[in-house]
Amino acid sequence: MPRQILLGDEAVALGAVHAGLSAAYSYPGTPASEILEYLVRLAAETKAFPAVWSVNEKVAYEEALGASFAGKRALVSFKHVGLNVAADPFMNSAITGANGGLLVVSADDPGMHSSQNEQDSRYYVQFAQIFGYEPSDHQEAYDMAREAFDLSERLGLPVLIRMVTRLSHSRSAVEIRDARPQNELKKGAGKDWILLPVNARRRFTQLLERQGEMVRISEESRFNVLRLDEKNRSFGVIASGIAYNYFREAAAGNGAPPSFLKVSTYPLPEGLIRKLVGHVDTVLVLEDGYPFIERQINGLFGVPGKTVLGKLSGTLPASGELTPDIVRLALGRKPLPSLPASGLPLAGRPPQLCAGCPHADTFKALNEALEGYAGSNVFGDIGCYTLGALPPYGAIDSCVCMGASVGMARGASDVGLHPAVSVIGDSTFAHSGITPLLGAARANADMTVIILDNATTAMTGGQPTYGSGEGLLRLIEGLGVPKEHIRTIEPLPKNHDKNVQILKDEIDHHGLSVVVAVRECVQEQRKRRS
Amino acid sequence: MKQDIILAGVGGQGILSIAYVIDNAALADGLAFKQAEVHGMAQRGGAVQSHMRLSDGTIWSDLIPKGEADMIMSVEPLEAVRYFDFLRPDGIVITSSTPFRNIPDYPDLDKVLDAVRKAPRSVVLDSEKLAKEAGTVKAQNIVLLGAASSFLILKEASLLRTIDTLFRGRGPTVLEANLKAFELGKKAALGS
Ligand code: SF4
Repeated sequence: MPRQILLGDEAVALGAVHAGLSAAYSYPGTPASEILEYLVRLAAETKAFPAVWSVNEKVAYEEALGASFAGKRALVSFKHVGLNVAADPFMNSAITGANGGLLVVSADDPGMHSSQNEQDSRYYVQFAQIFGYEPSDHQEAYDMAREAFDLSERLGLPVLIRMVTRLSHSRSAVEIRDARPQNELKKGAGKDWILLPVNARRRFTQLLERQGEMVRISEESRFNVLRLDEKNRSFGVIASGIAYNYFREAAAGNGAPPSFLKVSTYPLPEGLIRKLVGHVDTVLVLEDGYPFIERQINGLFGVPGKTVLGKLSGTLPASGELTPDIVRLALGRKPLPSLPASGLPLAGRPPQLCAGCPHADTFKALNEALEGYAGSNVFGDIGCYTLGALPPYGAIDSCVCMGASVGMARGASDVGLHPAVSVIGDSTFAHSGITPLLGAARANADMTVIILDNATTAMTGGQPTYGSGEGLLRLIEGLGVPKEHIRTIEPLPKNHDKNVQILKDEIDHHGLSVVVAVRECVQEQRKRRS
Repeated sequence: MKQDIILAGVGGQGILSIAYVIDNAALADGLAFKQAEVHGMAQRGGAVQSHMRLSDGTIWSDLIPKGEADMIMSVEPLEAVRYFDFLRPDGIVITSSTPFRNIPDYPDLDKVLDAVRKAPRSVVLDSEKLAKEAGTVKAQNIVLLGAASSFLILKEASLLRTIDTLFRGRGPTVLEANLKAFELGKKAALGS
């Protein structure tokens, strides 16, 4: 079989393509962006399927669901918090079910390398009561994508693959299988897909009735491996996903590893867990993310006569990403000797806006425009411009989730905070800023929204954006923002004084204003020119 | 046979291209490899590193455990020192001496270079000068790769073939400059 070098993200994507993928949708977000990036490249070469950057994750999910309704195999991918945005269609798709295979890929970010929380997508698998996979390496990511489509069609349900940053962004060689053809068009049945209470009740009961079957499938999955050491009944390990690699790494070179169970599927393979826990006195649970398995094993009362170690017991740190070093210590092995520290004080090197970034000029002008006010109230959003929180700008007071800046400015202004300023990028605005601005326009809320139109989704590497240029201005006007309070600036040092004045005028205005700062991201400009 | 390498630098300095070349050379040489890299926010001028693992056996962890790295290869001297705790006590540091000063508290360069030389084996080279000599200042990463090449368990021919694939599409001048950068880096390391 041919071997190909792939990122973990790309391995899932290619596995899906070879499983007969007909359509793929996503919204960019680290660490999931490379899934659709790769599919967009493949689709451009092969023209075999659409690979679409959607307006947001909810829309992406619904687009994929529509393709599944039509009987085709569809993939939708996003970062973990993207699943929050898509949670409505996601939860309900467990009730409608899938017609063509529906693969959901959610990439978690333990350690918050590029995220605002560490939520664990396995809870969503449990919440929706569907089947989930958690690969530990690239080959599994590739193979699971194919199996997930088969299972999705067999169960008639969406199936989720949980990735984590370390696997998403690790590269290795994968053995590639033959591609199989796509499905034929075959419409879904109305009685399943029309979620009127009368249908939804029946469908929900059917979903509940399948839970036992899913546990059995989980127990029989070839991806779950149980190895019992007959000689040592004192200690065993349960490890899932990437944590399994750290376990095997730490246990290597020390004779045979202790008894272990590798968990790769959800709902949990209950029978296998009973066997492992029954075999040993002390179980160490290793999982990257929340203590999902550990908590279920412990239940409310613990396991009589057994000791369960993990994040809840304090054996492992409760937050942050697992590393081979943490796992090594948890296994009771000493750290390896390493080079002593050099003694040089290591200045940190945090990320920062690129030299010449348009956001820098906007923040400089905004800071100056706000100088006359005691305390600034600038609600930030998700993108490169979140870095405006750091020195030398110190320009924003909040960053919560996609689009939050607009709604938060409205709420703060409603209760008397002035000035209330929102700063949001063009892509984030299209994703989740339009609806709150529609509400603010109807109320003519006393706030100023600054839309940074750099014509791209910059932070994640330059994906297309929907609300940019002239179209963006028309959109803002269409939402009901008074025309005389829709202003544009070009954030360049030479325009600084003019820009400060425009921002001041609009901040002073007691009503809604939108200032659009128009200048292309310098990275994209460079790409375009090279 | 195994080799664990920490590739270090600042977002935008091209360490992912070095990783790309090593990955492909490893595949050609029939070795197993895993290479964990950093995407997202840190790529905006932050400290970035890639864990590069090569072996003729099974590689479990995508991350190199502390104390297991055989080599630190860095495009920037301060970044080389940042990962000393990953290096084996007898490991080697191969780094550029050209500082990337995008932070206000960048330490005194001589102190940084002294710290680098505290490693039992170190190769320090002026990648900026060598890359300019090769024809493009952008080829500093390939200078570093050339410097490291004599210490890698990979075949030089495999590395050169991948450099060829990587740069051929960007025109003969760019390709030649990068091949020359590799050669100059290699010579400088052997002479140091
Ligand atoms: S990528 Fe573009 S938007 Fe982001 S910091 Fe750099 S120039 Fe600014």
